[in-house]
Amino acid sequence: MCSYETEMVDVSGSGKGAAGWFPLEQAMVYFDHPVHAPAEHTLNVDFLNHGRGPAARVAVELDPGAARALAETILAVLDRTQVPAGTR
Amino acid sequence: MADAARESAIRAETTTISGHQGDKIEAYLARPLDAGRHGGVVVIHHMPGYDEATKEITRKFAAHGYAAICPNLHHREAPGASPDDAAAASRAAGGVPDERLVGDVSGAIAALKALPGANGKVATIGYCSGGRQSFLAACSLPLDAAVDCYGAFVVGTVPEGLGLKIGPLTHLVGQLSCPLLGLFGKEDSHPSPEEVAELEKLLEAAGKTFDFRSFDGAGHAFFAVNRPSYRVDAANEGWRLIFEFFGEHLAD
Repeated sequence: MCSYETEMVDVSGSGKGAAGWFPLEQAMVYFDHPVHAPAEHTLNVDFLNHGRGPAARVAVELDPGAARALAETILAVLDRTQVPAGTR
Repeated sequence: MADAARESAIRAETTTISGHQGDKIEAYLARPLDAGRHGGVVVIHHMPGYDEATKEITRKFAAHGYAAICPNLHHREAPGASPDDAAAASRAAGGVPDERLVGDVSGAIAALKALPGANGKVATIGYCSGGRQSFLAACSLPLDAAVDCYGAFVVGTVPEGLGLKIGPLTHLVGQLSCPLLGLFGKEDSHPSPEEVAELEKLLEAAGKTFDFRSFDGAGHAFFAVNRPSYRVDAANEGWRLIFEFFGEHLAD
């Protein structure tokens, strides 16, 4: 399957890529073929800063079950610490 | 160089071609070094990019006696970047626009035809998104043969919200300029067996020359030797069909 399924979301924060830390602008979330993970399809997230070029990227390729568990864990941690959306 | 060595030698290198609107883009060129005349093959890479596996495919065509070239369709978004970073940059920009693809393939064809020993015949072959683009090129440019390996969204509808600059190509079927070989996996869902059957019907209705093969036990990307989707039986038979097809349509 080649789903092309892709969503973009604006993010703020920092990520550490091949050349060190850089500010994040967007996260690209897609379900498609991985480059490295030993699976036919993975849930992929690329944290990007377009202004710093294509290599300003933090990439993860996750088993779909792991991706769901990670998403739930992130929400659970945010809920426990009672951080409202939009808070810095 | 001894005659036998010369007959089997190939040269493979990164080069620059004039793509869509004269843009200079990177391409990987592999060609036989013998003194004979050779057909040309434009290799259209998959959505994960202009990568090592696609360059290996390009060299395989050279080893079989064809001059082959693979344009880097992501060069503009990410010149000099690693293939995975470039593919991500291209995806973030909405993918490769169809018009630009046709211009880049046209430039690749011109580069092949300008090579010493070129016999003037050229085919396209593409994998995954490149399968759709091979079909698009064959409906947009004069070609001698084309191969579509499991290209999605030639028929059917592209789901809304994907942010991609592509659509189905059914309106172009009547313009197909050459014989078409289609290689598909029966377990694929993009394209599904129903979509493959729909394209077959459209090609039949348009009176086009084509040969579609769908393999049992194979899904998407069954040619990809470095991925779990690789299916040796389908890939081996697929390669045999490709070289038989090119032997028929690209020979002098």
